[in-house]
Amino acid sequence: MAAINLNLISGRSIQQGVAIEGGKEKPAYRTAAGIIELDPSDLKRLGAWRNTNVKVTSDYGSVVVKAIETTQGPHPGLGFIPMGPWANSIVNPNTYSTGMPTFKGVPVKVEVAINEPILLGIELVQKQCGVKVG
Amino acid sequence: MTKTVTDVVCPFCGTLCDDLEVVVSDDGKQLTEVYNACVIGTEKFLHSQAKDRVTRPRLRQEDGSWKEITYDEAAEYTAQMLANAKKPLMYGWSSTNCEAQSMGHEIAEMVGACVDNTAAVCHGTTLIAVQDIGIPSCTLGEIKNRADRILFWGCNPAHAHPRHMSRYSIYPRGFFTGKGQKSRKMIVVDPRVTDTAKLADVHLQVEQGRDYELLNAFRVALNNEWLPEVVAGIPAEKIREAADLCKSGRFGIIFFGMGVTQTLSKNHNIDEAIALTKHLNEFTKFSIMPMRGHYNVTGSGEVLAWQFGFPYSVDLTRGFARYNPGDTSTIDLLARGEADAFFTIASDPGAHFPISCVKQIAKLPSVCIDPHQTPTSGISKLHVPVAFAGVEVGGNAYRMDNVPIDMRKVVDPPAGMLTDEEFLTKVRDRVKQLKRAG
Amino acid sequence: MAEYIIKNGHVFDPLQGIKGDKADVAIKDGKIVKDNEVSSKAKTIDAKGKTVMAGAVEIHAHIAGPKVNVGRIYRPEDKLFTYTPKKGNIRMAGGFSIPTTFKTGYEYAKMGYTTAMEAAMPPLFSRHVHEEIRDTPIIDEGAFPVFGNNWFVMEYLKNNEIENTAAYCAWLLRATKGYAIKLVNPGGTEAWAWGLNCLSVNDPVPYFDITPAEIIKGLIEANEYLGLPHSIHIHPNNLGNPGNFTTTLDTLKLAEGYKTKNKFGRDQVMHLTHTQFHSYGGENWGNFESKSKEIMDYVNKSKNITIDTGNVTLDETTTMTADGPFEHHLTELNHLKWANVDVELETAAGVVPYIYSPDIKVCAIQWAIGLELALMAKDASRCFITTDHPNAGPFTRYPRVIKWLMSAKAREAQIKAFKNSDKVIAATHIAGMDREISLYELAQMTRAGPAKSLGLSGMCGGLKPGMDADVVVYDFSPDKPVANPDQIEAAFSRAAHVFKSGVEVVTNGEVVNNGNKRTIWVNAKVKENPQVMRDIQEKFLKYYSVSQANYESLGHHIIPNPYAIEVDAMQ
Repeated sequence: MAAINLNLISGRSIQQGVAIEGGKEKPAYRTAAGIIELDPSDLKRLGAWRNTNVKVTSDYGSVVVKAIETTQGPHPGLGFIPMGPWANSIVNPNTYSTGMPTFKGVPVKVEVAINEPILLGIELVQKQCGVKVG
Repeated sequence: MTKTVTDVVCPFCGTLCDDLEVVVSDDGKQLTEVYNACVIGTEKFLHSQAKDRVTRPRLRQEDGSWKEITYDEAAEYTAQMLANAKKPLMYGWSSTNCEAQSMGHEIAEMVGACVDNTAAVCHGTTLIAVQDIGIPSCTLGEIKNRADRILFWGCNPAHAHPRHMSRYSIYPRGFFTGKGQKSRKMIVVDPRVTDTAKLADVHLQVEQGRDYELLNAFRVALNNEWLPEVVAGIPAEKIREAADLCKSGRFGIIFFGMGVTQTLSKNHNIDEAIALTKHLNEFTKFSIMPMRGHYNVTGSGEVLAWQFGFPYSVDLTRGFARYNPGDTSTIDLLARGEADAFFTIASDPGAHFPISCVKQIAKLPSVCIDPHQTPTSGISKLHVPVAFAGVEVGGNAYRMDNVPIDMRKVVDPPAGMLTDEEFLTKVRDRVKQLKRAG
Repeated sequence: MAEYIIKNGHVFDPLQGIKGDKADVAIKDGKIVKDNEVSSKAKTIDAKGKTVMAGAVEIHAHIAGPKVNVGRIYRPEDKLFTYTPKKGNIRMAGGFSIPTTFKTGYEYAKMGYTTAMEAAMPPLFSRHVHEEIRDTPIIDEGAFPVFGNNWFVMEYLKNNEIENTAAYCAWLLRATKGYAIKLVNPGGTEAWAWGLNCLSVNDPVPYFDITPAEIIKGLIEANEYLGLPHSIHIHPNNLGNPGNFTTTLDTLKLAEGYKTKNKFGRDQVMHLTHTQFHSYGGENWGNFESKSKEIMDYVNKSKNITIDTGNVTLDETTTMTADGPFEHHLTELNHLKWANVDVELETAAGVVPYIYSPDIKVCAIQWAIGLELALMAKDASRCFITTDHPNAGPFTRYPRVIKWLMSAKAREAQIKAFKNSDKVIAATHIAGMDREISLYELAQMTRAGPAKSLGLSGMCGGLKPGMDADVVVYDFSPDKPVANPDQIEAAFSRAAHVFKSGVEVVTNGEVVNNGNKRTIWVNAKVKENPQVMRDIQEKFLKYYSVSQANYESLGHHIIPNPYAIEVDAMQ
């Protein structure tokens, strides 16, 4: 299947804001922040329907999220994952001596991953950190 | 019969709306409705009384399960962890009141900790720029009453500060802005056509990450000098038009956010934005203001500054305060594996730090003080839930324009729960004993 | 509480007219008492050969609040090489021109200061000012809310409504727990919200169409209508510009004909602050010169005026003031980083670092002017020593200023050390002046005088039995001639003993106790004024960005130890 290259940014969305106050352990958080917003032209390049699971990979990691069509476009070539553990699985942690990671402007590869699950927020972090949950 | 608590301060974002009205049951125990808040603030108040709330401290066991412990036991664990560590990191502070922050600083001073707040991943680069070049600014009421040129650069208030435009920046009819929105011109600079951009008179859809060049080009346009045909994806005529629009106003403001603080040029972007603001003052009155995220990250910066002299990334490990972002900042301390204990309060680094940093936290002795279950509590050794500041306990908080507002208490926390300040007081008292004995 | 008897010291107390006599000072239950009222258990402090005075009173310094903190935040370099670590209960402390709140309290105490007034509180930020005051150990503090650019004040005074102005002032003092009516660049700072200014007392304020002169006179009348402990406290228009002495004289003259009406022993109707910055002659920096003589000739003959000096200390420091347009002007001059905050309906503030270099003629002339003012003062109880901290220099330099005032030799040495000494001498009077301030005059200028001007002579600035036991012993002998003027500076930098409200807080120059500071504020009761209350409600609903209830809320956690001075202005 086609893999496309994009520039990734992350940031707030009102749905993500509501979801974090509702509880990050809940599915609503995944619905709000376990997504990548794509321009219709990029969805086409990818060869994917809307609401398909995709795997997003950068030099720093990879994560499975749901590809949705952007409501704040057009922005061809730009992907947006709301701030949260899904985005932070792949952003650039380097601060270049400023103390600030590079949350915006990370080159990523996006490919369809229909059969891969999107993890819940806390579970995603625990798994990557190897934390044992009883 | 219900009671309505008025003038309630919303404890979510830096907009710090203080006109909320919360309806509680007659016995004062149940929070039933919230008026005037945005959808996020409403959720915060209503969800605070969710049935599945964690109400007691819990310690992670060997087999991965949680064991409930008392607050006293939690205070003991926390005090021991901090007192015994060589370089403990105390991070967060942004979603609690100034009284709790101050108590935490006493502990940090006694144990020789690094103290940092969420500016580390938000407006820290703004603070660095301000330390280079200063900042011409104003309070939000000045915007309401005077501003007729509003720029949103690299921020999306429609999503992140939902009532900002209606309370302060675009819609209100102020003293000199009686026509409300019609008195104002709005410019948005953003690589996406955000919901905020859709309301703008001018949207400059800048090439992502090229804000520095565009800011600089604005300044060139102010000087009426030569520009290349296109800068950062924006045609030169559009840049000149926007610069002229700014010059023609009586009172302008640049609001800015993560689009310029977190992109590759970091503090240099903000430096240039502030330089642009200063430059605009040669033509008309102009100010600039960061859109602070958490409702009391500003407060944490203020308290750290008057007590220790620096607004974030403060290192107290040598017995006196040092400050050097990139060296004493939390992300870098974690990346270099320098911290040997991690204490989080009123924030969620587990969700908002890059995963490589979170992995470091997971390896360390750790305490997470948070009313919610979060990725941070999910990887910490001890989770201490507390009362919601601004809902179940009052206390001072500072708005994005540094105006202090004392939050109100609307309902009691669940029986037996402590506030941040009460828990930290126990920890402080125990640390004092340990340090005297040792 | 422990009892003390400070024996055999040379006491200087202008309140009781004691001019260096050897006397004992007794302390019991936090108060000064007569010698024979303490028991045999009283601890003896040997003050033989030493100077004993009441705790000093700082009448004007920028030590707590939003612009002070902007200074701290944006000048991390101000902390370099200044830090002292935590020791027992004494907190870590750092910062040179903008010390942390802990350092502020400790450094004042070490010099024998026990009461201080924060010079300018933007009312919208009163919570911030009070949080910092709470975190400043030992010294009692109050804060002056600013009124000179306030929309309510300008609207009422345009219509000459003194009673309404007074009612509003009383309301604001209560809402912000403020101490006095402060004016900063009246009218000009509201003009600054549009990038403009008022450089003379007759320049009308844009839109509000009232002049600084009308604002000043109106507030004098409101202040005396209320009978507040302090008079209006004014930072006049046109600060810092060559030739501004005429604006200063115009401002001072507005007090002519006014007599005070108050129950606090205050005689003045106007206190003009950091007068050094307002005593400039010449038309430009080239022919810049001192006009201290013209200013002091007027002040000396005007018994209803008090001033403080604003001495330049020749340091790298940070300027910060509610004179927003001046700070913008300063950054255009020296190109150092500039911070500015315009405050809705009320005021503004600006912050810019500044280096007073002894190599620069203008800085040296400023230094001279500040000293000339004090040396020309005929009545030392109406001329107080300040540095407008941190604007003309850090308050920690008071001992150095005292050295310059008490030793003509020290002044000469400094004048000789200036790079452009000839030009400085030509533009000032300092070289010819051989007056040396005596210890008694020093006590007038730093204790009794400011206390009286503030309306606090019953409480501080003196050693009369019944007053708070704020007592200082300096390791300085009035009998022995001073071999080296630096001894003056050393003695006044580190007091031998300091008592605050009867508790020993400093011993041998080291802080030993955090004390239990109070926040002093003024509660003026006026008769009900429904119109003003309605105007307040209306402006909060329409123009402020916070609600009235939240503006007025000042909880106990913010002011844990308040001390209210009640004023009956019911008329």
